[in-house]
Amino acid sequence: MTLRFLSITLFWIALAGFVAWDWSRSLPVDVLREPPLLAAGSGQAASGGHCSLAR
Amino acid sequence: MALLAFFVLLVWFVALRQAVLFAVGIGMGAALAGARFGFTTGWRQLVEDRDPRGTVGQLLLLGLAATLSMPLLASYPELQAALGPPSVSLVLGAFVFGLAMQISDGCGSGTLYKAGLGVPLNMGILPLFALGSFLGSAHLDRWLALGEVAPVSIVQSWGAGAALAGTWVALIAIGVGVRLWAGWGRAWIARRWVWGAIALAVLAALNLAIAGQPWGVVYGFGLWAAKLAQASGSFDAAGNVFWSQAGNAQRLSQSLLLDVTSITNIGILGGALWIAARRGVASARPLTGRQWLIGLVAGFVLGYSSRLAFGCNIGAMLSGISTGSLHGWIWMPMAFAGTLIGVRVRRHFNF
Repeated sequence: MTLRFLSITLFWIALAGFVAWDWSRSLPVDVLREPPLLAAGSGQAASGGHCSLAR
Repeated sequence: MALLAFFVLLVWFVALRQAVLFAVGIGMGAALAGARFGFTTGWRQLVEDRDPRGTVGQLLLLGLAATLSMPLLASYPELQAALGPPSVSLVLGAFVFGLAMQISDGCGSGTLYKAGLGVPLNMGILPLFALGSFLGSAHLDRWLALGEVAPVSIVQSWGAGAALAGTWVALIAIGVGVRLWAGWGRAWIARRWVWGAIALAVLAALNLAIAGQPWGVVYGFGLWAAKLAQASGSFDAAGNVFWSQAGNAQRLSQSLLLDVTSITNIGILGGALWIAARRGVASARPLTGRQWLIGLVAGFVLGYSSRLAFGCNIGAMLSGISTGSLHGWIWMPMAFAGTLIGVRVRRHFNF
């Protein structure tokens, strides 16, 4: 196993571990209240975070 | 196979929308890595080699994305543009970002797709980019106190048709300037930049229509580091101006799989990994210890400055300009000015 392959594997293990850790400590997802598939035409304002947010 | 399994998990345990956004992210990663659509490289080639192909490809992307996005914004009022406030922090942040991205050889999207391709420096930069993004957002109120005006939407001010025409006129004017700098005899476009621009413009518009907001990269990184900082007990989100805002506080408490920026970021990594699996991992020149240190510091600065600038090349330049935000038009020349310094620093350290 090359060092390069090992570093790539560790990178993905770390990312998967972080997502799993976050899932375990976050509020449960209410799948019955999922957002509309398409925001355009839904009438619901976007609620996500974005880099352009100042506050 | 792993990407498909993650898609199914998202459908089952999170939301269909998030699964579709993950697929859009995979497309973005595949387009960025497949076309080697590097914003950093395109600018560097223009400055150092007078090669205009990358920059012209980027201008094409901006125009196509605006052509798709501005009518969407005008037709569906629930969709949001990437509106950042023109401010001192924007000017400083964009300049520093443009400088640092030449040293780290990757902007926001570039760091992501190169990490997905398995480039060691970019994999190492990613956590520091996240830390910088988090700290930048945590300090943002102090930077904004230096001076800001309200965000300006060109679409709202002029109407979608005039805003789109004005955008194309400005982009063509920049293109003419690029041609004058490069010389009329140079090849001005390459196939990979064209198909990359078309694919990314379509995917950016899809992101807008599905998520209700433009494509972004940096917010997701900052959120990830903020979650870690909060969990470690070293950061009190309730006492911070930015992270105590209702929307940000909610995203801190819920799974990152519900955050639209995080899910496309993971998709971009996955899309680039898919390209690496097909073509083999990207070649990377071994770096010295000093180059590693400088590259990692530059990665941290990238994250910090991108929050001050209200986005990176994606959130501020592509999404800002294509959705008619004035801050995108301030970001681009400031970041390019930073790049003029950055390419020299890059040469100095023999990257």
